Amino acid sequence: MSIDKQDVQKIAHLARLALTEADADQYQHSLSSVLSLVEQMQSVDTDGVEPLSNPLEMTQRLREDIVTEENRRDAFLANAPQTEAGLFLVPKVID
Amino acid sequence: MNWEVVIGLEIHTQLSTKSKLFSGAAVGFGAEPNTQTTLVDLGMPGALPVFNKEALRMAVMFGHAINAEIGMSSVFARKNYFYPDLPKGYQTSQMDHPIVGKGYLDVMLDDGTTSRIGITRAHLEEDAGKSLHEDFQGMTGIDLNRSSTPLLEIVSEPDIRSAKEAVAYVKMIHSIVTYLGICDGNMAEGSMRCDINLSLRPKGQQEYGTRTEIKNVNSFRFIEKAIYTEIERQADILEDGGRIIQETRLYDPEKNETRSMRSKEDANDYRYFPCPDLLPVVLTQEYVDGIKATLPELPSQKAARFQSEYGLSEYDANVLSSSRAMADFFETANTIVADAKLTANWVMGELSKLLNQEQLEIENAPVSAKAFGELLVRIKDNTINGKTAKDVLQAIWNGEGSADEIIEAKGLKQVTDTGAIEAMIQTILDANAAQVEQYRAADEDKQKKMIGFFVGQVMKASQGKANPGLVNPILTKMLKG
Repeated sequence: MSIDKQDVQKIAHLARLALTEADADQYQHSLSSVLSLVEQMQSVDTDGVEPLSNPLEMTQRLREDIVTEENRRDAFLANAPQTEAGLFLVPKVID
Repeated sequence: MNWEVVIGLEIHTQLSTKSKLFSGAAVGFGAEPNTQTTLVDLGMPGALPVFNKEALRMAVMFGHAINAEIGMSSVFARKNYFYPDLPKGYQTSQMDHPIVGKGYLDVMLDDGTTSRIGITRAHLEEDAGKSLHEDFQGMTGIDLNRSSTPLLEIVSEPDIRSAKEAVAYVKMIHSIVTYLGICDGNMAEGSMRCDINLSLRPKGQQEYGTRTEIKNVNSFRFIEKAIYTEIERQADILEDGGRIIQETRLYDPEKNETRSMRSKEDANDYRYFPCPDLLPVVLTQEYVDGIKATLPELPSQKAARFQSEYGLSEYDANVLSSSRAMADFFETANTIVADAKLTANWVMGELSKLLNQEQLEIENAPVSAKAFGELLVRIKDNTINGKTAKDVLQAIWNGEGSADEIIEAKGLKQVTDTGAIEAMIQTILDANAAQVEQYRAADEDKQKKMIGFFVGQVMKASQGKANPGLVNPILTKMLKG
C-alpha cells in the first residue's frame, strides 16, 4: 500500500509539522513502507483475539482523591517566553 | 411541509472531586489563574497521569442511576487536536470502552406524558484550560486551572423530538447528578454544559436529515431557545429547497440566533488511539455492586414515595422531588406541619413565588424549613388565615422574627370568638338593610352568589382577622333572620 504526497501533507498538518518538498518525498516513501508492513500483518487471522489496549498485562492503579500539589505558578511561568497577570501568553487564537 | 425534529444531547457534567482527574491539583472555580496546575496538567514531558478513584466511583454511581451497563474494563484514549488551552496536544477521553454503557431515563413532560430517552454512553474525560481573548499585548492569555478537571460526558440517543422534551431531559440529568452529589449542577459556572445535535426530517420519514451541532449551551432556557431558533433556521433552508451543512454552530443568547463556528474541515480528525500512559481500568463485580448499595433515593423514587406516603398528586410529587433541596425542605417542614397537602401547596405556591421574584434557589431562601413549618401550623390550627399568612411569610422572609413573634407583635390572630363574630355581623347587617332585604327575597342559587358581599364586609371590618370557617355558617344563619 502506498500513500500520495497529499496524504503526507495532511498528516503533517494535523501534527502541525512543516515539511519541505524533499521531506515530503522522503516521508511518502517511508510511511508507505510502514503501511506495507501493516498490510502484511493484516493477513494474520485474529478472529477471537481481544484487541490489546496496552501491552502491559496490568490494570490501572487508582489515586486517592486528595490534593497533594501546591501552587507552583511562579516556577511554571518562569519557563514561558511571555506571561501577564498570571497567564501564559500565546499568539492570538480566535475560533 | 410538516417537519419532525430529531435531537440528541451531549451533556458535560463536571464531577465534584477535590482533586483533578489525573493529578493532585485542587479543583475549584474562580481561583487565581494557573495556581491550580501541576506538571501533568501542563503537559510537561515525562509527567504521568494517575487516575482519581473518586471520579471512577462517581461515574459508576451515575451508571447505576440510569440503569446502564457498567464497563467492567474501560480504556482511556487520546483525542488529538491542537489548541493552546490543551498543552499536551490531546485530550484524555474514552472511545471504544467507556465506563458507562447503554442506559435510559424516563422523562416526564408538563402535560403528564412520559417518554423514554435512551442514553448511548457516558464516559470520563478531562476538561481543557481556558483561553482569554482580551487584549494581552495582542496575544491570548491561557489559564490552565480547569485543565484535567474531571468531566462525565453523557451522550443521549437521538430520541428527543421537541425542545420541551430536551429541557425535561436535561433537568432530569441535572436533578440526578445533584441528588447523587457527583456534580454541583451550577450551570452558570459551567458545571453542566450541553451540546445539541439537531436535524429535521419530513414527518413519517425514517432516515435522519443532516444535523448540526450547537456547542456549549449552559442554561435550561438557552437550550430551549437555541433549539427553537435552530429548528426555524433549518426549516427555512429546507423549505427553500436548500440543504443543511453539517457543521458546529454557536448559540448567541443576545441575538437569539445560532451561527457557524469557523472551523477547518479536518478539525474533527481526532485520530483516537488508546492512551499508552494509562492502563485499562478493570472493575470487580463486588466493587460495582457495593456502589449500587450506596445509591440515595433518586428523584423518580422520591416522587413515587411522596404519592404513596403523603397522598400527593403525581404532578405535585414530581415538582417537589425535582430538586433534592426542595424535597428536603418540603419533608422537613412537613414533619412540623403534618399536613402534606397544605405544606406542598405552600412550598410550590407562595414560597416558590418569592424565590422566583428574588431569583433565589431554595437552598438560599432566607426562610428555613423549620420557620416555614411553624407558620403553616398557624394556618392549620386557625390562628391565622391564608391571606394573613402570606403577609407573615413576607415578614419572616424580611427577618422580622418567627411566625408566632410576628403574629403576636402585629396582632394578626384570627377572631375565633363566635360572640365577637356575631356582633360584627349584626353591625354589618344593620348597616346594609337594603342588601339584606334583597338577599332574603332571592332564591337559593342567587343567595349563594350574594353572600360573598357580606363575607367581604365582615373580613374588611375585621381587617382580615375573622376566621372564614366560622364567618360563613354564622352569617348564613343570621341572614335567614
